[in-house]
Amino acid sequence: MAKETMIPIGPYHPLLEEPEFFKFYVEGEKIVDAEVRVGYNHRGVEKISEGKTFDQATFVVERICGICSTSHPFAYVRAVEDISGIVLPERAEYIRTIIGDLERIHSHLLWVGLAGHFIGYNTVFMWAWKYREPVLDMFEVISGNRNHYNMFKVGGVRRDIKETDVPGLLKAIDDVERFCGMLLKAVIDDPVIKARLKNVGVLKKEDAIAMGVVGPVARASGIPIDVRKDHPYAAYDRVNFERIVMEGGDVFNKAAIRLLECIESTKIIRQCLKQMPPGPIDAAVREVGVGEGIGQHEAPRGECIHYVRSNGSNYPERHKIRAPSFMNVPSFKLTVIGESIADAALITAAVDPCYCCTERMAIVDRESDKVLLTGEEMVRLSQAKTEKLKQKCLY
Amino acid sequence: MSILEQVKNKFSQLEVNEKNPKRIYINADNETAKAVVLYLFHDLKVRLSTITGLDSRPGVEILYHLAVDGEAKVITVRTLVKKPELEIASVTPEIPAAEWVEREIAEMLGVKFIGHPNLATLLLPDDWPAGVYPLRKQTFESKQELKEIEN
Repeated sequence: MAKETMIPIGPYHPLLEEPEFFKFYVEGEKIVDAEVRVGYNHRGVEKISEGKTFDQATFVVERICGICSTSHPFAYVRAVEDISGIVLPERAEYIRTIIGDLERIHSHLLWVGLAGHFIGYNTVFMWAWKYREPVLDMFEVISGNRNHYNMFKVGGVRRDIKETDVPGLLKAIDDVERFCGMLLKAVIDDPVIKARLKNVGVLKKEDAIAMGVVGPVARASGIPIDVRKDHPYAAYDRVNFERIVMEGGDVFNKAAIRLLECIESTKIIRQCLKQMPPGPIDAAVREVGVGEGIGQHEAPRGECIHYVRSNGSNYPERHKIRAPSFMNVPSFKLTVIGESIADAALITAAVDPCYCCTERMAIVDRESDKVLLTGEEMVRLSQAKTEKLKQKCLY
Repeated sequence: MSILEQVKNKFSQLEVNEKNPKRIYINADNETAKAVVLYLFHDLKVRLSTITGLDSRPGVEILYHLAVDGEAKVITVRTLVKKPELEIASVTPEIPAAEWVEREIAEMLGVKFIGHPNLATLLLPDDWPAGVYPLRKQTFESKQELKEIEN
């Protein structure tokens, strides 16, 4: 009988939003059970936020995540504006939309690049990150920062997009769109990638509904939810874009959805830049008022939701934050069991939670705690599987 | 018929507050709240977005936020879990999506979710002292008491 071995994956890398620690129990190559442990990077932001004024909390929540740093401020300011129904100037709504979707592009490209690296397609990794770079440069042009843009404030945005920056912005998103189209063709037609990613880590539709998953993970399993369409906000109801939904629920679908969404995002940004009316960018809010508010935002990883209660003072009485990965991560258990170790890295990464944690992966013998396989070897294992498939498919 | 109307028909005694067309708050006692949440989730296929726990003087408020994606609404079902027992029936056996967030509320605010399959700590470290709840608006009688808890 095959001996059951425990493989710990993790615990974490402090870079990303949701560090986690996986324990996979395997028999031979097959995963038979999985456990997830999170909380290594819990900083108590909800409590910190209660001690900050409404304006300061915007900066605090921006620091929750380094990759999608705008998602939390976006949801948070919407929650505060919801308390007393603050109406924004139109230009501010457009600028918010542009920032939100530029971020989606760079976040998705980051994922695509790393997914390419994991399956041994380092060219994809280099290309995706090459085209991600101009997007970050545009952020620097708009806000002065490549990553923490600090663009949001209650009642508007902090910086305007200058007319002189628009041509550069348009060129950058044109390049991204072309690249995503090219990559999409390459990915969809490649027999090796198909063999490697199709039917791997499938999340069934009914499971996805029960687990309440959101964002690309839900849309890959055939659940057509997208906050931008379902709960229109900012300028999303004033631009045309498609809701990308697929049925398979496997890693291939999740990858394809992210690429297609990048293309949709470029369309959104182009329309916003065209339609954006001149005018003020700030509603100059003096008082938040008493009450409670809920704010949602479709972050790159799915719906991000904030609940804020104000008692009339300068500080939120309660500030509840729910990041999309909080719903997506628990679905792992349903996707990895029955798969092989060589795919574990890819499947855990397909939800786009925290890539870096998989680099700290090691296979350890349950009895002696001896490391059998390190993270690097896991990546090599995954790449070797692709290599084998390549031989089979191409020759 | 809209989702809200169906809820109103099924549960006639509810206290419904439509703050604006997009945000609806329903107040109910513990049992009714659970029944409303289950009805929304299972029969009306509404997504459970998250649950908020909020410490107040008489108890901990639990707010179930359900996103009605077809109607651009968020329905929030609010219920008060009374102190000092702080016990409420868990919705996790019926709604797996609530597992993590109920664990979070349990460790952060000390609410006991009866029937939850696994109330182990989720975000706090394993050696976190029992009976200390970070999100409670707790006051300490003296510096001594604070020190004792810190140690």
